[in-house]
Order: sequence, then structure tokens, then C-alpha cells
Amino acid sequence: MSFIEAKEVYYRYPQAEKDALCGVDLTVEKGEYVAVIGHNGSGKSTLARLLNGLLQPTKGEIFVDGISAADKKTLFELRKRVGVVFQNPDNQLVASIVEDDVAFGPENIGVPRKEIGERIDFALSAVGMQEYRKSMASRLSGGQKQRVAIAGVLAIRPEVLILDESTAMLDPRGRREVTDVVKKLNRENGMTVLAVTHYMDEVCEADRVLVLSDGKIVMSGTPAEIFSREEELEKYELDVPVPARIAAMLRAGGMEIGRIYTKEELGDELCRLLPKI
Amino acid sequence: MQIVAENLSHVYSPKSKFAVSALKNVSLTIDEGEFFGIIGHTGSGKSTFIQHLNGLIKADKGSKKLTVGEFDLLDKKCDFKKLRSKVGMVFQYPEYQLFADTVAEDVAFGLKNFERLSEEETAARVREAIETVGLSYEEVKEKSPFDLSGGQKRRVAIAGVIVTKPEILVLDEPVAGLDPKGKKEFFALLHALHGGFVKTVVIVSHDMDNVAEHCTKAAVFENGEVWKVAPPKELFKEAETLAEMGLDVPVTGYLAARLAANGVKIDTDFTERDFARKVLETYRRAEEGR
Repeated sequence: MSFIEAKEVYYRYPQAEKDALCGVDLTVEKGEYVAVIGHNGSGKSTLARLLNGLLQPTKGEIFVDGISAADKKTLFELRKRVGVVFQNPDNQLVASIVEDDVAFGPENIGVPRKEIGERIDFALSAVGMQEYRKSMASRLSGGQKQRVAIAGVLAIRPEVLILDESTAMLDPRGRREVTDVVKKLNRENGMTVLAVTHYMDEVCEADRVLVLSDGKIVMSGTPAEIFSREEELEKYELDVPVPARIAAMLRAGGMEIGRIYTKEELGDELCRLLPKI
Repeated sequence: MQIVAENLSHVYSPKSKFAVSALKNVSLTIDEGEFFGIIGHTGSGKSTFIQHLNGLIKADKGSKKLTVGEFDLLDKKCDFKKLRSKVGMVFQYPEYQLFADTVAEDVAFGLKNFERLSEEETAARVREAIETVGLSYEEVKEKSPFDLSGGQKRRVAIAGVIVTKPEILVLDEPVAGLDPKGKKEFFALLHALHGGFVKTVVIVSHDMDNVAEHCTKAAVFENGEVWKVAPPKELFKEAETLAEMGLDVPVTGYLAARLAANGVKIDTDFTERDFARKVLETYRRAEEGR
């Protein structure tokens, strides 16, 4: 069994006329970094909420580390393993001092007092916020708040980190802070990451990309594979990253440029193709 | 209406230990007709500046000049109410500010604050505003704004601002949080508005690709001062300086800088299409010369 396994998952919100998710099959292996993209209303956030039991599927099964996410009796165990960071940096912190906020999770699951201190140390240093331990949460920048929110999740020692558009409300600096932390957690600590995002450049960091449209997974592959299917993406109301779009224009104009989606690679290609005159 | 600021300063919480000098002697002119971009870090003074434009924040004493068309904002007798109907302000995530029971009521709220009109006149103006932002009046007027999709909510919020027919529309991060299609459609809407009663659009944005693609001119704010005002074509030539300031450059700016470092000069306005065309021209010339 894979680490995360969803089989034929359906979800319909109360009073909604149609399903938000209709028949999603998904497997994620331990240590994978999966990005989820899709237009507004495609079901991305619903999927994220189902994975840590904020919602229960109307039909179908979801297992994380062998624990059923469809069963309310095992929610407690599930949430120890799956942490979610949401979009708005201003409404996820529960305490006024950073360390109290990070302690909130472990206190709730009954971690002994002595160990809580260690967990705060670990979590804040993992996100590079140890010097703000005694700071007022309200005086932090958006990126810092989101990093504290991630630390709050890490203090539970989860196996999976879910980011539900956690960078959407941040400025470029804040976005970089958060994406760097997430990348490090994935590469160095082996954290399984599922990131829901609208930013195509963040998708490039992932091992695998899932495209959702109208409640179904319609595309799945590496970033390179997904971004080479520009027309299909357009059909699902998505865009390729800017460098991929420029590369496509140059390719159409006769330049021999491969399937590229990062600006660094495109820069290398252009320097190769346009030698110094 | 032209916007002119000379030596504009603003300190938050003066005389307290949290005093922050958000604007320091800012001088900036925004001409009528521009699609003007305001760039800078969080905390650089961008938002403080734009909130001066309709008097939400008052300039400190000692500021030399702040005028919007014939309105003198430093004058105590300035008619701020009238000014606010002429300078529409759209904040970040404006859909969070929707509050009324129906879309029509929400859009009418702004208008009722500024003008005394009959029921029929109000309804006609509300219909016009809703249709201008690309929604069907009949379809949405009786709906709760909270039942709409994210993109539609944002359009309703804009309708509530343009219902007073402002000549200047100021938007803080107008496309944040929208999906790619939503972003594209939203910029199309802004350009359409720009051709009508809205003469000048001012956007605050972190997204340099958007600034390169859409703005006629942009100002870079840094530590409460204006570092530079120039069309994107000039501005993004200084990719290195912008990077040193910790600001992004558009992808085209990054690529042009890489090529320049390699001895290949691309003279582009930094829109994607123009950049690709100029690169292809250079490439073909090189091929022919071979």
C-alpha cells in the first residue's frame, strides 16, 4: 500500500448541486513532493481537506499511513500524521507569542512538558525562526507568520505537510522564504509534501504534478511532462510558466530550444544559441 | 486628472516608540492616461502612498504638495468626499469587503454614499457598473455576493468602486489569489475600463511580469522613497540593481541580462512577445552571417 492512497473519492458539499470531487484516485509515496494545480473551484482545496479529515468523503476511501481518513474515529491519529498550512497568514496563529503558538499543537496531543520545549526548538530552527521564539506573532511579516504556521505543524512531527495555497498572500520575498523551507524539509528531512498552488514557478520544485479540473485528476506527470502539454493545460484554464511560454514562441520561430520551463535553463539555452557577435 | 506629489512625508505613530517613517520626501507625478505601476517591497511605502491619493491617510505637515486634478489635498477645505468619488480605491482581496445581502445592494452602497439619486437612477447606475465588469445584471443582482465564485466576487467589488465613475482607479495587488485564467481576464477588464471613464489606472504589484506586460510607466519605492520612475522598457534594463534591492525582474529582464553579460544586446520593451521577436531577429542575423 502506498503512503497516501485515495480510491474513487467523491465529495459533495452540503446543499451543493454537484460533486466537488468526483472519483479521484491518488497515490503518493513517502518522501514525495507533489504539486496540485487547477483552476478556481477545481477541487484542489477539497482534496487537501479530505486528506487530514477536515472533511470526510461522501464516497470512496482514503488511507494515510494505513489510517482511514474516512473514519471519524481515527481522526486524532490521522491528524498527528498530516498537517495543513492554509492561505491566510493572519488567521492561523492562535497565540500571541511565537513559542506559545508552536506549543499549541503538541500540548493538544499530550506531549510531555519537557519534550514540548525540544519540539519548539526543532520546529522553529527547521523554518529558520528560532530568534523570534519570544516575539509577538502580530509583529511578524506574512512570510514569517507562514513559517511559524509551518513550525506549528512540524511540532506535531507529522509525516505529511499539506500546503493549501500557503504562499498566495505573500510578497515575493515571503514566498521564497516559505518555498525554501518546504524544499529543505522535503529534501533533507524526507517530509512528504503536497502543495496546492497557483504559482507555476513553485510547481517546478515538485517531483510530480497533478492537474485537477472539475473534481477530477486530468493530468499527472513530472513538471517537464506537464508543461510540455501547453494546449491541454489551456483547456483546463491553466498557464505554463513564463519561460516555457517564451521558449515555445522561440521554437515556433525556428530556434532549436527543448522543453524548458525554468528561466535559468532558458538563459543557458539562449546563451548557447546566440553566441557573442 | 494629474496626480502630483512633492516632498510628501508620512510618519506612523509619531512620538511613540513604534514611530515609523513610511514616506520620506516623496515626489512623484502620475499623468492622466497612464497605466501606472508601483513596485517595491512590503514596507517600502507603496500602500501608504496610494492611500494618500484619496485622503484615507493625510500627509504630514511639512509635505510640500499633493494634488489630484484640481483637488488640493493639503488644503483643510479640500472636498474629500467628492475626491473619493473621483479616485476609486480597490484594496487587496477586495472581495473580503463585500457585506450586503445582495449583489445589487452591495454595489449601490458606494453610490448612495456619494450621490443622492432616485431608486430608478440608482438601479440604472448599478446595472451599468455590474455590466461594465462583465457580469450579467439579471443573473447576479438578487444573489448573495457570498454565493459567487472568487473571480466573480472580485468583479462585484470592483463594480462597487466604479459605480461612482472615478477618473482614477487605484488597485492594490489586483490579481493576487486569482487563477491564471482569472488573472488574464482581470487585466483585460482593467484595460477595458482604462479606455472609458477611468482615465488613469494605478496598480501596486509584486509581479514584475505583469508590470512589464501591462504598465506604461512604473515607480520603484524603496525605504519610503522613490528610487526611480520610468517606463518598463527603461526600468528593467537595470536588472542587476533591482536584484540587489531584493526585487524581482520579469523573466524577460532576467534573460536579457543573461544575454547582455554574454555580449548579446537585446533591445526590448520586456513584454514576452517583443522579447521573443527581438531574440529571433538576432538569431536569424547570426545564422545569416555564418
